[in-house]
Amino acid sequence: MVSAKVLGSAQRSENLRRSWYKFSRNRLSLIGLFTVSLVVFLAVFAPVVAPYPQHASAFVDFENASRPPCRTYPFGTDVVGRDIMSRIFFGFRFSLMMGVVVLSLVVPPGVILGLVAGYYQGTWVDTVIMRTTDIFLAVPPLVLALAIASVLTPNLFNAMLAVSLMWWPWYCRLVYGLASTLRHEFFVASAETIGASRFHILFREILPNCISPIFTKMSLDMGWVILIGSSLSFVGLGVQPPRPGLGTMVADGSKYLPDQWWIAVFPALAIVLVVLGFNLLGDGLRDMLGAEEV
Amino acid sequence: MSADLLTVSDLKKHFIVGYRGIVAREPITVKAVDGVSFAVREGETFGLVGESGSGKSTVAYTVVGMYKPTAGDIAFQGQSLYGRGGKRRADLRKEIQIVFQDPGSSLNPRRTIKDIVGFPLRLYGSNGDLQTRILELLQMVELPADYMHKYPQMLGGGEKQMVAIARALATSPSFVILDEPTSALDVSIQAKIINLLLRLQKEFHLSYLFITHDLSLMRNVASRVAIMYLGKICEIADAAEFFRNPYHPYTQMLLSSIPVVSDEEEALKPKKIASLGEIPSPINVPSGCSFHPRCPQSKDICSSEDPAMVEVEPGHTVRCHISR
Amino acid sequence: MENDRLLDIRDLHVVFDVFGGTLKVLDGVDFTVRSGEKVGLVGETGCGKTTTMKAVLRVLPMPPARVTGGEILFKGRDILQMTSRELGQVRGEGMAMIFQDPTAALNPVFTIGKQLEAAVKYSASGDKRLSGKEIRQRAVEALKEVALPDPERLLKNYPFQLSGGMRQRVCIAMAVAGDRELIIADEPGTSLDVSIQDQILRLLRRLAEEINTSVILITHTLGVVREIADRVYVMYAGNMVEMAPTKELFSRPLHPYTVGLMAAVPKLTGGGIADGIPGRIPDYLNPPVGCRFHPRCERAMPVCRTDKPRFVKVSEDHEVACFLYSQEEEGT
Repeated sequence: MVSAKVLGSAQRSENLRRSWYKFSRNRLSLIGLFTVSLVVFLAVFAPVVAPYPQHASAFVDFENASRPPCRTYPFGTDVVGRDIMSRIFFGFRFSLMMGVVVLSLVVPPGVILGLVAGYYQGTWVDTVIMRTTDIFLAVPPLVLALAIASVLTPNLFNAMLAVSLMWWPWYCRLVYGLASTLRHEFFVASAETIGASRFHILFREILPNCISPIFTKMSLDMGWVILIGSSLSFVGLGVQPPRPGLGTMVADGSKYLPDQWWIAVFPALAIVLVVLGFNLLGDGLRDMLGAEEV
Repeated sequence: MSADLLTVSDLKKHFIVGYRGIVAREPITVKAVDGVSFAVREGETFGLVGESGSGKSTVAYTVVGMYKPTAGDIAFQGQSLYGRGGKRRADLRKEIQIVFQDPGSSLNPRRTIKDIVGFPLRLYGSNGDLQTRILELLQMVELPADYMHKYPQMLGGGEKQMVAIARALATSPSFVILDEPTSALDVSIQAKIINLLLRLQKEFHLSYLFITHDLSLMRNVASRVAIMYLGKICEIADAAEFFRNPYHPYTQMLLSSIPVVSDEEEALKPKKIASLGEIPSPINVPSGCSFHPRCPQSKDICSSEDPAMVEVEPGHTVRCHISR
Repeated sequence: MENDRLLDIRDLHVVFDVFGGTLKVLDGVDFTVRSGEKVGLVGETGCGKTTTMKAVLRVLPMPPARVTGGEILFKGRDILQMTSRELGQVRGEGMAMIFQDPTAALNPVFTIGKQLEAAVKYSASGDKRLSGKEIRQRAVEALKEVALPDPERLLKNYPFQLSGGMRQRVCIAMAVAGDRELIIADEPGTSLDVSIQDQILRLLRRLAEEINTSVILITHTLGVVREIADRVYVMYAGNMVEMAPTKELFSRPLHPYTVGLMAAVPKLTGGGIADGIPGRIPDYLNPPVGCRFHPRCERAMPVCRTDKPRFVKVSEDHEVACFLYSQEEEGT
């Protein structure tokens, strides 16, 4: 069966090239991909690429405090003399961690519940799952996060927990809508009549067809979660000083606006960059994973 | 005459589509299939013809097990498909397979041809290597081996349907339901698929329940034909007899509406009966004979009394008052 | 002769830019409709018949599509060169389209009356402005024309309140209401049942004759063409392969593709179906050189692999793009 294997790999590489073509047709997707790669690179290698890695923690250098952007400090320094560029690079770490942790907490339960509810549409299973979802969706998200984060001790972990709690219903809703349509497709009927197990139908027949919208949403949500995380940090419920959270940095810097503008503006731009990057990447993924033929 | 393989007796499938009233909730029922009886003989192609809304697909889906009958029975080789407690027998599943109308929807776009065709094999266990068996099946439907790793959307409509046929044959069934297998395809591809199906039928001694709205196609594939209107069969006959001597006014109307390509065919069509009106909603089925509002020969009795199936000639039964 | 050509497509080339290259879809299409004539355009899925008509209406998505040559003359003026203003005029006053799926063609949130009146309004030529009452009157008349009962009440209905057959009739009413010179019907009624399709086709034929409109009937069903058209074009892989008066085409098909297609149609006379045409429609990325049909043709000759056949007249109004017949003619 060597020949079949060879053919298989040829087909796979053909599929890959086709996907890349679909993705790269839109230049904005490429910009998104580049931005996200850059941010991930900077975050991962922050200790190496940051000019002053020690500035990411408690560090004081009053001699160089509040310096405007110059050659030694490209983004300037804050009021205690820490390099803003270095702190932004480390800030990316917390932002990305926030996004990754929240999404990995949120996606599996949301997707599974949505799949089950969608497949059993119209039965009591559907009612229980989807009404619970509705209850969560009825609470204003930021308020819920604020409530949780303030009841518990304000730290990054609790912020992530709070955001996760208000995020899973969206995945449940998304997958529910998809699954309840897909279950009427004839390939599901075909698997059922042949005697396939429920597990097979849910995870092998229906789920693969939900992957594209899920990935797209995940990429877009990365941006949103980071934004909410930054908002929580901004109001003091997220990343705690002296650690460099992008939101915390904007909050601190805002006190010195407009004279020492660089303290707030560069972290704010960093947030824009991350969120925009993930959004553009999400659009590209949607183009790429769409089933339409080119 | 060969023995009956599949017998459908007085099959009914009603759907509740909504409720009337707020306090006393009275269900609104659609009688999609309302008392259908026929038998498919071993090795034959039994044609079931009807327009959309006639219930022909519901018959197919009920026979294959997607729906549970409201009443009546389906028997395979004399044994009911429904065991004790009305549960469908799992051991007969592999004997009855179906090829759906729309190959775009019946093949999962996210699975490779190998996965699609291989799944029934994996489920029922195949003798020999899985890969070899998949290749055999692809060869059987005249598809090249390198299609194994392709996804359905890379294939043409006809090729997708061939994959669907390969999947249906993977469990070595003896009875295959073909639900308008070529209505979404072009004629030149249809010809290929039909001839493939006829060849496979001979080779594996398959019995087909062939569902279509295309009477010209039926003329060329079916050994016997039944025609359905609003959930009921109105005429059953041997194919030759059916086309030579159609009794039911509905059959005549349909035959006279077919667009044909030659004068010889034109001569075979019943005298032009201008088709009247449209098939009514199955929620409000007309009283008596359900065809009477569209029937050019309708009499008083037609609107009050539902005619019974009558054998007008050996093997040719009709449900109509005027054909007596 | 030249003057009564309502629509004249000459040597039209259209390509699509996609992954891995350029799809050379239309490869020199010639197509003529005379005024008052009902022309059938037959071809299988992917042969380019819809692309051709989209080019005529100038609704091809560009990109990926590009017109790389040829012209589309409507009453002597090239549609491809028109400004959007002129184009709007031509579309409104000159042409109407009837789509395959009447459900998608009608806007679900407007009443039949609103949509029908709009069709009447935008068809009326600029100088004679109709009053609201006149427009309504013409809408009612149009519904009467397509044999719909109780037109006054129907005007107040929404599309979902109508059956598929009625919707298709409304679409036809919209097309005929504005006294347009050309109706393009794309598979009318094929999404409906045979008995309804038959009603629709008869209606279309009667109306076209009454108001002396030209009709282009696009379909993949040969039988439908035979019911309606005066003249038929057969299209294969972006080329017109044969053109003949309907009667002649069905009694004496010449191009091997037409012959194969006819043989593949299931006949009421029975006796099984011919095996169709071997192979499949070519890949438009690398279409065959010469005659695009030669890889599937049982009568292919060496010349078919190198040269592209042009339309050759075999008799009055019967033309075929095949070397089998061009040689015959050279001989005589």
